[in-house]
Amino acid sequence: MSRLVIVVVAALVLATAAVAAGPPVQADLEAEIVCPTCKTTLDQSNAPIAVRMKGYIRERIAAGDSAAEIKAQLVDQFGPGVLAEPPKRGFDLLAWLLPLGAVAVGVVVVGALAVTWSKRRSTDGEPSDARLDPELERRLDEELDRFEG
Amino acid sequence: MTGRAKAVGQVIAVTAVVGLLVLLGWKLAFGNGGGASAELAGGGTPVAPDFTLPRIDTEGGDLTFSSLKGKAVVVNFWASWCVPCKDEAPELQKTYEKYRDQGLVVLGVDAKDFREDGKRFIKRFGLTYPNVDDGRGSTLGKWGVTGFPETFFVDREGRIVGEVIQGGIDLERNRERYAEGIRLALGDSK
Repeated sequence: MSRLVIVVVAALVLATAAVAAGPPVQADLEAEIVCPTCKTTLDQSNAPIAVRMKGYIRERIAAGDSAAEIKAQLVDQFGPGVLAEPPKRGFDLLAWLLPLGAVAVGVVVVGALAVTWSKRRSTDGEPSDARLDPELERRLDEELDRFEG
Repeated sequence: MTGRAKAVGQVIAVTAVVGLLVLLGWKLAFGNGGGASAELAGGGTPVAPDFTLPRIDTEGGDLTFSSLKGKAVVVNFWASWCVPCKDEAPELQKTYEKYRDQGLVVLGVDAKDFREDGKRFIKRFGLTYPNVDDGRGSTLGKWGVTGFPETFFVDREGRIVGEVIQGGIDLERNRERYAEGIRLALGDSK
Protein backbone atom coordinates (compact mmCIF):
# COMPACT_ATOMS: atom_id res chain seq x y z
CA MET A 1 0.00 0.00 0.00
CA SER A 2 2.70 2.44 1.04
CA ARG A 3 4.62 1.57 -2.12
CA LEU A 4 1.56 2.45 -4.22
CA VAL A 5 1.26 5.84 -2.49
CA ILE A 6 4.93 6.58 -3.20
CA VAL A 7 4.48 5.67 -6.88
CA VAL A 8 1.38 7.90 -7.21
CA VAL A 9 3.08 10.85 -5.50
CA ALA A 10 6.18 10.45 -7.66
CA ALA A 11 4.04 10.32 -10.81
CA LEU A 12 2.22 13.49 -9.78
CA VAL A 13 5.49 15.32 -9.07
CA LEU A 14 6.96 14.25 -12.42
CA ALA A 15 3.79 15.21 -14.29
CA THR A 16 3.76 18.68 -12.65
CA ALA A 17 7.41 19.20 -13.52
CA ALA A 18 6.79 18.10 -17.10
CA VAL A 19 3.92 20.58 -17.49
CA ALA A 20 5.98 23.41 -15.97
CA ALA A 21 8.91 22.73 -18.31
CA GLY A 22 6.71 22.28 -21.37
CA PRO A 23 6.53 24.66 -24.34
CA PRO A 24 4.92 28.05 -23.70
CA VAL A 25 1.23 28.38 -24.46
CA GLN A 26 0.27 31.02 -27.03
CA ALA A 27 -2.85 32.10 -25.10
CA ASP A 28 -0.90 32.51 -21.85
CA LEU A 29 1.68 34.76 -23.49
CA GLU A 30 -1.01 36.81 -25.25
CA ALA A 31 -2.53 37.47 -21.82
CA GLU A 32 0.84 38.52 -20.38
CA ILE A 33 1.96 40.89 -23.15
CA VAL A 34 0.55 44.37 -23.75
CA CYS A 35 -0.04 45.89 -27.18
CA PRO A 36 2.24 48.98 -27.33
CA THR A 37 -0.26 51.16 -29.17
CA CYS A 38 -3.58 50.30 -27.50
CA LYS A 39 -2.27 49.35 -24.01
CA THR A 40 -4.49 46.27 -23.62
CA THR A 41 -3.20 42.72 -23.54
CA LEU A 42 -2.70 41.09 -26.92
CA ASP A 43 -5.59 38.67 -26.42
CA GLN A 44 -7.95 41.67 -26.26
CA SER A 45 -6.54 43.59 -29.20
CA ASN A 46 -6.73 43.38 -32.96
CA ALA A 47 -4.54 46.45 -33.59
CA PRO A 48 -2.08 45.85 -36.45
CA ILE A 49 0.95 45.71 -34.14
CA ALA A 50 -0.91 43.36 -31.76
CA VAL A 51 -1.69 41.00 -34.65
CA ARG A 52 1.97 41.15 -35.70
CA MET A 53 3.13 40.42 -32.14
CA LYS A 54 0.81 37.42 -31.90
CA GLY A 55 2.39 36.13 -35.13
CA TYR A 56 5.86 36.72 -33.71
CA ILE A 57 5.00 34.76 -30.54
CA ARG A 58 3.68 31.90 -32.68
CA GLU A 59 6.92 31.87 -34.71
CA ARG A 60 9.13 31.86 -31.61
CA ILE A 61 7.13 29.07 -29.92
CA ALA A 62 7.51 27.01 -33.09
CA ALA A 63 11.24 27.78 -33.06
CA GLY A 64 11.47 26.30 -29.55
CA ASP A 65 11.97 29.46 -27.47
CA SER A 66 10.83 29.46 -23.84
CA ALA A 67 8.27 31.93 -22.50
CA ALA A 68 11.02 33.83 -20.70
CA GLU A 69 13.08 34.11 -23.90
CA ILE A 70 10.10 35.36 -25.91
CA LYS A 71 9.28 37.96 -23.25
CA ALA A 72 12.91 39.09 -23.14
CA GLN A 73 12.94 39.55 -26.94
CA LEU A 74 9.75 41.63 -26.81
CA VAL A 75 11.07 43.75 -23.93
CA ASP A 76 14.29 44.34 -25.89
CA GLN A 77 12.25 45.60 -28.84
CA PHE A 78 9.39 47.46 -27.17
CA GLY A 79 10.63 48.12 -23.63
CA PRO A 80 9.41 46.78 -20.25
CA GLY A 81 6.00 48.41 -20.83
CA VAL A 82 4.95 45.41 -22.93
CA LEU A 83 4.81 43.21 -19.85
CA ALA A 84 1.34 43.13 -18.29
CA GLU A 85 2.99 42.35 -14.95
CA PRO A 86 5.94 44.56 -14.04
CA PRO A 87 9.20 42.72 -13.23
CA LYS A 88 9.79 41.89 -9.57
CA ARG A 89 13.08 43.81 -9.36
CA GLY A 90 14.48 47.34 -9.25
CA PHE A 91 12.07 50.28 -9.40
CA ASP A 92 9.31 48.04 -10.79
CA LEU A 93 9.32 46.12 -7.51
CA LEU A 94 7.43 49.10 -6.07
CA ALA A 95 4.39 48.12 -8.14
CA TRP A 96 4.24 44.89 -6.12
CA LEU A 97 5.23 46.31 -2.74
CA LEU A 98 3.08 49.46 -2.66
CA PRO A 99 -0.29 47.64 -2.60
CA LEU A 100 0.99 45.37 0.19
CA GLY A 101 2.29 48.43 2.05
CA ALA A 102 -1.06 50.16 1.59
CA VAL A 103 -2.87 47.13 3.03
CA ALA A 104 -0.46 47.01 5.98
CA VAL A 105 -0.96 50.73 6.66
CA GLY A 106 -4.72 50.24 6.39
CA VAL A 107 -4.65 47.40 8.93
CA VAL A 108 -2.60 49.51 11.36
CA VAL A 109 -4.85 52.55 10.95
CA VAL A 110 -8.09 50.57 11.34
CA GLY A 111 -6.62 48.74 14.36
CA ALA A 112 -5.55 52.02 15.99
CA LEU A 113 -8.97 53.55 15.35
CA ALA A 114 -10.73 50.48 16.77
CA VAL A 115 -8.66 50.65 19.96
CA THR A 116 -9.27 54.41 20.29
CA TRP A 117 -13.02 54.06 19.78
CA SER A 118 -13.38 51.14 22.18
CA LYS A 119 -11.50 53.08 24.88
CA ARG A 120 -13.67 56.14 24.34
CA ARG A 121 -16.87 54.09 24.54
CA SER A 122 -15.84 52.50 27.83
CA THR A 123 -15.14 55.92 29.39
CA ASP A 124 -18.23 57.61 27.86
CA GLY A 125 -20.60 54.89 29.12
CA GLU A 126 -19.95 55.54 32.84
CA PRO A 127 -20.02 52.73 35.42
CA SER A 128 -23.12 50.61 35.47
CA ASP A 129 -23.28 50.49 39.27
CA ALA A 130 -24.28 54.16 39.53
CA ARG A 131 -27.33 54.33 41.74
CA LEU A 132 -30.46 56.43 41.23
CA ASP A 133 -31.27 59.35 43.42
CA PRO A 134 -33.33 57.96 46.42
CA GLU A 135 -36.21 60.30 45.68
CA LEU A 136 -36.33 59.23 42.02
CA GLU A 137 -36.11 55.57 43.04
CA ARG A 138 -39.04 56.01 45.40
CA ARG A 139 -41.15 57.67 42.69
CA LEU A 140 -40.21 54.96 40.18
CA ASP A 141 -41.30 52.24 42.63
CA GLU A 142 -44.61 54.02 43.17
CA GLU A 143 -45.23 54.31 39.44
CA LEU A 144 -44.42 50.64 38.91
CA ASP A 145 -46.70 49.57 41.74
CA ARG A 146 -49.54 51.61 40.31
CA PHE A 147 -48.91 50.23 36.83
CA GLU A 148 -48.93 46.65 38.05
CA GLY A 149 -52.16 47.45 39.83
CA MET B 1 -9.51 60.07 18.08
CA THR B 2 -6.35 60.89 20.01
CA GLY B 3 -4.08 63.72 18.88
CA ARG B 4 -1.37 61.29 17.84
CA ALA B 5 -3.67 59.14 15.71
CA LYS B 6 -5.01 62.30 14.09
CA ALA B 7 -1.47 63.48 13.27
CA VAL B 8 -0.60 60.09 11.74
CA GLY B 9 -3.77 60.22 9.64
CA GLN B 10 -2.92 63.71 8.42
CA VAL B 11 0.63 62.67 7.49
CA ILE B 12 -0.72 59.71 5.50
CA ALA B 13 -3.28 61.91 3.71
CA VAL B 14 -0.71 64.59 2.85
CA THR B 15 1.75 61.94 1.62
CA ALA B 16 -0.93 60.41 -0.61
CA VAL B 17 -1.85 63.81 -2.10
CA VAL B 18 1.81 64.72 -2.73
CA GLY B 19 2.36 61.33 -4.35
CA LEU B 20 -0.59 61.83 -6.69
CA LEU B 21 0.65 65.33 -7.61
CA VAL B 22 4.10 63.92 -8.43
CA LEU B 23 2.48 61.29 -10.68
CA LEU B 24 0.41 63.97 -12.40
CA GLY B 25 3.52 66.10 -12.99
CA TRP B 26 5.36 63.09 -14.38
CA LYS B 27 2.50 62.33 -16.77
CA LEU B 28 2.33 65.93 -17.97
CA ALA B 29 6.10 66.13 -18.46
CA PHE B 30 6.71 62.78 -20.11
CA GLY B 31 3.34 61.52 -21.30
CA ASN B 32 2.18 61.55 -24.92
CA GLY B 33 -0.14 64.13 -26.40
CA GLY B 34 1.72 67.34 -25.49
CA GLY B 35 5.36 67.91 -26.24
CA ALA B 36 6.76 70.02 -29.04
CA SER B 37 3.66 69.49 -31.16
CA ALA B 38 1.46 71.28 -28.60
CA GLU B 39 3.94 74.15 -28.32
CA LEU B 40 3.97 74.50 -32.09
CA ALA B 41 0.16 74.51 -32.23
CA GLY B 42 0.23 77.29 -29.61
CA GLY B 43 2.17 79.52 -32.01
CA GLY B 44 5.71 78.78 -30.80
CA THR B 45 8.74 77.49 -32.67
CA PRO B 46 10.01 74.89 -30.20
CA VAL B 47 13.51 73.47 -30.31
CA ALA B 48 13.31 70.00 -31.81
CA PRO B 49 13.76 67.44 -28.98
CA ASP B 50 17.09 65.67 -29.27
CA PHE B 51 17.52 61.90 -29.32
CA THR B 52 20.09 59.26 -30.12
CA LEU B 53 18.75 56.07 -31.69
CA PRO B 54 20.19 53.11 -33.62
CA ARG B 55 20.07 53.35 -37.41
CA ILE B 56 18.21 50.65 -39.31
CA ASP B 57 19.08 51.81 -42.82
CA THR B 58 22.70 50.85 -42.26
CA GLU B 59 24.41 48.04 -40.39
CA GLY B 60 25.09 49.38 -36.90
CA GLY B 61 25.70 52.90 -35.69
CA ASP B 62 23.56 55.48 -33.94
CA LEU B 63 22.18 58.76 -35.15
CA THR B 64 21.96 61.80 -32.86
CA PHE B 65 19.36 64.26 -34.02
CA SER B 66 21.32 67.35 -32.94
CA SER B 67 24.16 66.27 -35.26
CA LEU B 68 21.92 67.38 -38.16
CA LYS B 69 21.98 71.01 -37.03
CA GLY B 70 22.66 73.27 -40.00
CA LYS B 71 20.47 71.13 -42.25
CA ALA B 72 16.75 71.36 -42.89
CA VAL B 73 15.12 68.14 -41.67
CA VAL B 74 11.82 66.47 -42.50
CA VAL B 75 11.18 64.13 -39.56
CA ASN B 76 8.74 61.37 -40.40
CA PHE B 77 7.37 59.05 -37.67
CA TRP B 78 6.21 55.77 -39.16
CA ALA B 79 5.77 52.03 -38.58
CA SER B 80 5.81 49.13 -41.01
CA TRP B 81 2.33 48.00 -39.93
CA CYS B 82 0.82 51.41 -40.76
CA VAL B 83 -0.93 51.43 -44.15
CA PRO B 84 -0.71 55.21 -44.89
CA CYS B 85 3.01 54.98 -44.12
CA LYS B 86 3.39 52.63 -47.09
CA ASP B 87 1.50 55.00 -49.35
CA GLU B 88 3.62 58.03 -48.49
CA ALA B 89 7.06 56.34 -48.44
CA PRO B 90 7.76 56.90 -52.18
CA GLU B 91 6.87 60.61 -51.79
CA LEU B 92 9.33 61.00 -48.92
CA GLN B 93 12.04 59.38 -51.05
CA LYS B 94 11.26 61.81 -53.88
CA THR B 95 11.53 64.74 -51.45
CA TYR B 96 14.93 63.53 -50.27
CA GLU B 97 16.23 63.17 -53.81
CA LYS B 98 14.86 66.54 -54.91
CA TYR B 99 16.15 68.66 -51.99
CA ARG B 100 19.21 66.90 -50.63
CA ASP B 101 21.54 69.16 -52.63
CA GLN B 102 19.96 72.14 -50.89
CA GLY B 103 20.86 70.69 -47.51
CA LEU B 104 17.59 68.93 -46.67
CA VAL B 105 17.52 65.56 -44.94
CA VAL B 106 14.53 63.28 -44.56
CA LEU B 107 14.79 61.34 -41.29
CA GLY B 108 12.52 58.38 -40.66
CA VAL B 109 11.75 57.28 -37.09
CA ASP B 110 10.34 53.75 -37.08
CA ALA B 111 8.42 53.61 -33.79
CA LYS B 112 6.54 50.84 -31.93
CA ASP B 113 7.63 48.35 -34.53
CA PHE B 114 9.86 45.30 -34.92
CA ARG B 115 13.20 46.57 -36.21
CA GLU B 116 13.45 43.68 -38.67
CA ASP B 117 10.06 44.67 -40.11
CA GLY B 118 11.36 48.23 -40.39
CA LYS B 119 14.43 47.07 -42.26
CA ARG B 120 12.26 45.08 -44.68
CA PHE B 121 10.06 48.15 -45.21
CA ILE B 122 13.09 50.29 -46.08
CA LYS B 123 14.34 47.69 -48.54
CA ARG B 124 10.91 47.17 -50.11
CA PHE B 125 10.42 50.87 -50.84
CA GLY B 126 14.05 51.52 -51.76
CA LEU B 127 14.48 54.27 -49.16
CA THR B 128 17.94 55.80 -49.10
CA TYR B 129 17.41 58.48 -46.46
CA PRO B 130 18.44 57.79 -42.83
CA ASN B 131 16.05 55.82 -40.62
CA VAL B 132 16.28 55.02 -36.92
CA ASP B 133 14.60 52.44 -34.70
CA ASP B 134 12.46 53.64 -31.79
CA GLY B 135 10.61 50.44 -30.93
CA ARG B 136 10.00 51.68 -27.39
CA GLY B 137 8.47 54.94 -28.64
CA SER B 138 10.78 57.01 -26.44
CA THR B 139 10.62 60.04 -28.76
CA LEU B 140 6.85 60.17 -29.19
CA GLY B 141 5.98 61.99 -25.95
CA LYS B 142 8.64 64.68 -26.35
CA TRP B 143 7.66 65.40 -29.95
CA GLY B 144 3.94 65.07 -29.19
CA VAL B 145 3.29 62.36 -31.76
CA THR B 146 -0.24 60.98 -31.48
CA GLY B 147 -0.40 58.56 -34.42
CA PHE B 148 1.32 57.30 -37.55
CA PRO B 149 2.38 58.66 -39.89
CA GLU B 150 3.21 62.11 -38.56
CA THR B 151 5.67 64.54 -40.16
CA PHE B 152 7.53 67.51 -38.68
CA PHE B 153 9.74 70.17 -40.28
CA VAL B 154 12.90 71.40 -38.57
CA ASP B 155 14.84 74.43 -39.82
CA ARG B 156 18.61 74.84 -39.94
CA GLU B 157 18.61 76.32 -36.42
CA GLY B 158 17.04 73.17 -35.03
CA ARG B 159 13.57 74.67 -34.49
CA ILE B 160 10.30 73.05 -35.50
CA VAL B 161 8.48 75.15 -38.09
CA GLY B 162 5.32 74.97 -40.18
CA GLU B 163 2.55 72.58 -39.22
CA VAL B 164 2.69 69.00 -38.06
CA ILE B 165 1.25 66.80 -40.79
CA GLN B 166 -0.97 64.04 -39.45
CA GLY B 167 -1.66 61.31 -41.98
CA GLY B 168 0.07 60.69 -45.26
CA ILE B 169 1.94 63.55 -46.92
CA ASP B 170 0.61 62.21 -50.22
CA LEU B 171 -2.99 63.04 -49.28
CA GLU B 172 -4.53 65.94 -51.17
CA ARG B 173 -5.41 67.79 -47.94
CA ASN B 174 -1.77 67.68 -46.82
CA ARG B 175 0.09 68.55 -50.03
CA GLU B 176 0.08 72.30 -49.62
CA ARG B 177 1.14 72.21 -45.97
CA TYR B 178 3.87 69.71 -46.82
CA ALA B 179 5.31 72.03 -49.49
CA GLU B 180 5.08 74.97 -47.07
CA GLY B 181 6.84 73.00 -44.34
CA ILE B 182 9.74 72.18 -46.65
CA ARG B 183 9.99 75.82 -47.73
CA LEU B 184 10.11 77.03 -44.10
CA ALA B 185 12.64 74.36 -43.09
CA LEU B 186 14.94 75.36 -45.94
CA GLY B 187 14.60 79.00 -44.91
CA ASP B 188 13.37 79.84 -48.36
CA SER B 189 11.98 83.40 -48.27
CA LYS B 190 10.12 83.02 -51.58
